[in-house]
Amino acid sequence: MMNLALHHKFDVQRIREQFPTLHQTIHGKPLAYLDNAATTHKPQVVLDALNYFYQHDNANVHRGMHTLATRATEALETTRRRVQHFIHAANPEEIIFTAGATAGINLVASSYGQAFVQAGDEVIISHMEHHANIVPWQMLCQARLAQLKVIPISETGELMMSALENLITTKTKVVAINHVSNTLGTINPIKEVIMQAHAQGAVVVVDAAQAAPHLTIDVQDLGCDFLVFSAHKAYGPTGVGILYGKKELLDAMPPYQGGGTMNRQVTLEKTIYSDTPYKFEAGTPNVADIVAFQTALAFISEVGQVAISTHEQELLNHAYHQLSQLSQLSKIHFIGTSPQKIGIIAFLIDGMHHLDVGMLLDAQGIAVRTGHSCTQPLMDRLGIDGVVRASFAMYNTLEEVEQLVAAVSRLVS
Amino acid sequence: MKLVNQGCMTDTHNNLIDKIQKEIIAAFQVLADDREAMLYYIMELGDKMPSLPDHHKTEQNLIKGCMSTVWLAYRKQADRLFFEADSNTAITKGLISLLVSVLSGQRIKHILQANLYFTEQIGINQLIGSQRSSGFNSMLKRIKDIAFACQAQ
Repeated sequence: MMNLALHHKFDVQRIREQFPTLHQTIHGKPLAYLDNAATTHKPQVVLDALNYFYQHDNANVHRGMHTLATRATEALETTRRRVQHFIHAANPEEIIFTAGATAGINLVASSYGQAFVQAGDEVIISHMEHHANIVPWQMLCQARLAQLKVIPISETGELMMSALENLITTKTKVVAINHVSNTLGTINPIKEVIMQAHAQGAVVVVDAAQAAPHLTIDVQDLGCDFLVFSAHKAYGPTGVGILYGKKELLDAMPPYQGGGTMNRQVTLEKTIYSDTPYKFEAGTPNVADIVAFQTALAFISEVGQVAISTHEQELLNHAYHQLSQLSQLSKIHFIGTSPQKIGIIAFLIDGMHHLDVGMLLDAQGIAVRTGHSCTQPLMDRLGIDGVVRASFAMYNTLEEVEQLVAAVSRLVS
Repeated sequence: MKLVNQGCMTDTHNNLIDKIQKEIIAAFQVLADDREAMLYYIMELGDKMPSLPDHHKTEQNLIKGCMSTVWLAYRKQADRLFFEADSNTAITKGLISLLVSVLSGQRIKHILQANLYFTEQIGINQLIGSQRSSGFNSMLKRIKDIAFACQAQ
């Protein structure tokens, strides 16, 4: 459809040409956008798809009898099927559109939690969760008088799997865990976590916000019960989240929000709810952005997920290698050194606050994230209050890595 | 750039605040649009400001609304206020050192009346972005609040 012929060979320059935002200078320097774990840029085809929808197909979805409503509805449902294939779900009813990964976790914590978590039950998270996978569970535990337990992590930023056996018991109702740490880039052995949780009858919620854009996700192979990710970190528009849930679980859960679409019949006394997934999609969804997201997924497929992962690993290895060559290497501290990582490098520089480093790198045209990256408990565990985080995407180049290394070299010299 | 002695007691005129602001503006003009040079210059100014003793790094002296941790301590001497400040980040320490250099040692009424135009002229907003600018404004507001409270005493 896009005829980029990208699949013949991974050509980063060819890919970059598709992303208009990347082609600019910042403070007179070429932009090196290395904040992809926060959000990625959007290829022109996604911007065009958004524009096309508003110019040609704009209408509200579901139940409209006119042509535009039908087109809009079909376009939205096409994205649902695209997402289904992207994460290898068994059927499209298992895909729910939300406002973001955060909204998806809140939906599960609220709806599943309300129905299935009782006083005295336990919910387990890990010490390296994003706040979005901590706070909703804290709120649930407070409301249900349940207990929140935490899988400890090592100094290198890996789950201490040996602790799992004692942590997960028959009291455990939910294990909520990230597939990939947003701050460290650690790829967690979630398949093993899922097996152990299932052995005790607990369901597993996977936060795949950082995994989905960089790794191949197969929910059936993983066996997870719920999985969330956001479109904007996967080259799609902001304001769209995906919640995957096993159909039998979604069917058994009460609705999250009340409103239009989520019901079949409303009287003043009683409401009969729609079936899954619509009972979880109250109100007008973010139609245009959802529709445009299918183009982002097609773009990823066309480039190739394996090719993207390979390229990003090459950038990661190059960054580590180049930084390790610096004569002032002793001043740089890498945070999170698991051998299983996506393209994220978190580091600190001796004697410099991470916020200062972030501003000085920005002056060199380099966009990185600084601070706790919404993982304050992880920062507390590691005894720091923030990091400098460079995170790679398919469009980053070895030259950008070298631009980062040169800028860091200036800071430490 | 030579900043005017913070403890200056001889000038009783509000023009002093003007004069220091003009010196700051002139110093930044030399740096023109070199963002990196400006940041290093601000960090250098922060470096020159003495660190706040630990016993002043209290909850009460913390300025809320800043991305960095910022403390501001003061003492009143006759009708003047003297400020000392610190931060955990070098750039923020430099920024608050600018405020301290303009307003520390000034008469309370002059602090209250002061129109700090230097911030706009040196382009603080463009330099640090709106999020951190609001932190900078919180620092200025704290100084003005202290002056207001001291005036009422």
